[in-house]
Amino acid sequence: MTDTPMIAVRSVNKWFGAFHVLKDVDLVVQRGQKVVVCGPSGSGKSTLIRCINRLEEHDEGEIIVDGIRLDESLEHIAAIRREVGMVFQQFNLFPHLTVLENCVLAQVRARKTPRADAEARAMQYLARVRIPEQASKYPGQLSGGQQQRVAIARSLCMEPKVMLFDEPTSALDPEMIKEVLDVMTDLAQSGMTMICVTHEMGFARKVADLMVFMDHGRVVESSPPAEFFAAPRSDRTRQFLDQILSH
Amino acid sequence: MTKAGQGSSQSLSPRETRARRARRARALDAALFAACLAALAWIVLRGAQAMGYNWQWFRVPRYLWRIVDGEVILGALIKGLIVTLQISALAMLCAAAFGLVTALLRLSRSPVGRALAYGYIEIARNTPLLLQVLVFYFIIAYILGISRFWAGVLSLAFYEGAFAAEIIRGGVLAVRKGQWEAARSLGLGPFDTYRDVILPQALPLMLPPMAGVLVNLVKHSSIVSAIAIFDLTTEGRTIVADTFMAFEIWLTVAGIYLVITLSLSLAVAGLERRYGFARGH
Ligand SMILES: Nc1ncnc2c1ncn2[C@@H]1O[C@H](COP(=O)(O)OP(=O)(O)O)[C@@H](O)[C@H]1O
Ligand SMILES: [Mg+2]
Repeated sequence: MTDTPMIAVRSVNKWFGAFHVLKDVDLVVQRGQKVVVCGPSGSGKSTLIRCINRLEEHDEGEIIVDGIRLDESLEHIAAIRREVGMVFQQFNLFPHLTVLENCVLAQVRARKTPRADAEARAMQYLARVRIPEQASKYPGQLSGGQQQRVAIARSLCMEPKVMLFDEPTSALDPEMIKEVLDVMTDLAQSGMTMICVTHEMGFARKVADLMVFMDHGRVVESSPPAEFFAAPRSDRTRQFLDQILSH
Repeated sequence: MTKAGQGSSQSLSPRETRARRARRARALDAALFAACLAALAWIVLRGAQAMGYNWQWFRVPRYLWRIVDGEVILGALIKGLIVTLQISALAMLCAAAFGLVTALLRLSRSPVGRALAYGYIEIARNTPLLLQVLVFYFIIAYILGISRFWAGVLSLAFYEGAFAAEIIRGGVLAVRKGQWEAARSLGLGPFDTYRDVILPQALPLMLPPMAGVLVNLVKHSSIVSAIAIFDLTTEGRTIVADTFMAFEIWLTVAGIYLVITLSLSLAVAGLERRYGFARGH
């Protein structure tokens, strides 16, 4: 069991109508591995990770998470969503609930955790993302960086085995990016399996075990960061790196 | 307030402008209404004068209430008003329930559910309300063995439920897609997602148009007088038949309807203001 990969994506194809958005995508993520996915806008990065927790459906190929095959079975989908947490570019906190309630809701409803335990766990993870003092505020009263850290805590409260991040810092003001990346770095060092779509190459160098570069729906390059940054195999990757590292 | 205010006023601006537009529409309504009322009063007075009408306002209060030996005895008009309010309140609850179920069916993935909801909405909105009342009374109430009171309540709820459904659907669709995605990624099922995430956010958007439904219900409830329910309108007609005080009684009845509908509108405007500003929105 423990030597099966955490996530296996094999020959996945997906279309939006006539538009071929994922083309024969393969991606294997071992337990505890950190994968950073980068690539130009529209290359299919979000679609790929959204397929992993079934926010999108893939049309061909197979996706297996922790030994569970992602198919039509609602139990499989539910089981996979239990294991996979997701953090969105736009945070997607529940604006009508306090920070604490944001973290408690799904524990109580989906896990049937007793409220007192759920609140204790919520406070524990809010402390871990360094904002326990904001627990009684509403998301609209927090800065973007604080909101994103709450979103991370909310996901962690479900104790997932994998965390997916979809450009978690792209909607943030520059001065708030670091506080979110620091939390993500901590999480990476704690041994969490992670797939991060991000263009923060400093973060990528620090935590990634595997770099994936996507373009036009294909995985163009997939290699360890040392190799990826020093000697990219494809021209397309080199161009892309030049572009984003030059500013 | 600065940061929070900015962030949320940005994300909620469609709602704010909608609320403001609704408020302005209500203010305009009120002004138009006052002007029309003045014109109407003038016409009525002129007309009454021309036909030598014998005003007998002093006979009206007994149809509202009397005080005998320190005890309040309700007159026919107030009794009728109580029936009207009962019918409207019960019909509102039923209309909200019909509307919720219909809206969820229309938003569901099931083609049969969507078709059913669509069919109901089109039938309810495109046939005369009076006909619906009669069908409920003579056919449905007969089959199900329900009283004329409940036939009245259910027919009004049937009619207004279609409007409530569209309001609820609009409110649900106005909640951002990311809220669904966050809920699903946390493992919440559709029921929990609606109850805890979507509807609480859609509710403030639905409140002003729902108040309109309630006001319509109060007004349209007068149609149940067609099936001899002793509501405000029926009582008014009975008194006019007995006393020939057409002007005084009908004007009083109209005044009572107005007091009810206008205070409902004002109450909702206040509620909306308070609800809207709570939580730093
Ligand atoms: N729901 C959708 N319907 C149709 N096209 C979509 C949808 N979502 C994404 N796309 C398109 O698919 C392509 C890949 O999108 P996405 O996965 O979001 O790319 P990335 O995250 O790499 O920027 C884009 O061209 C986008 O316009
Ligand atoms: Mg994207």
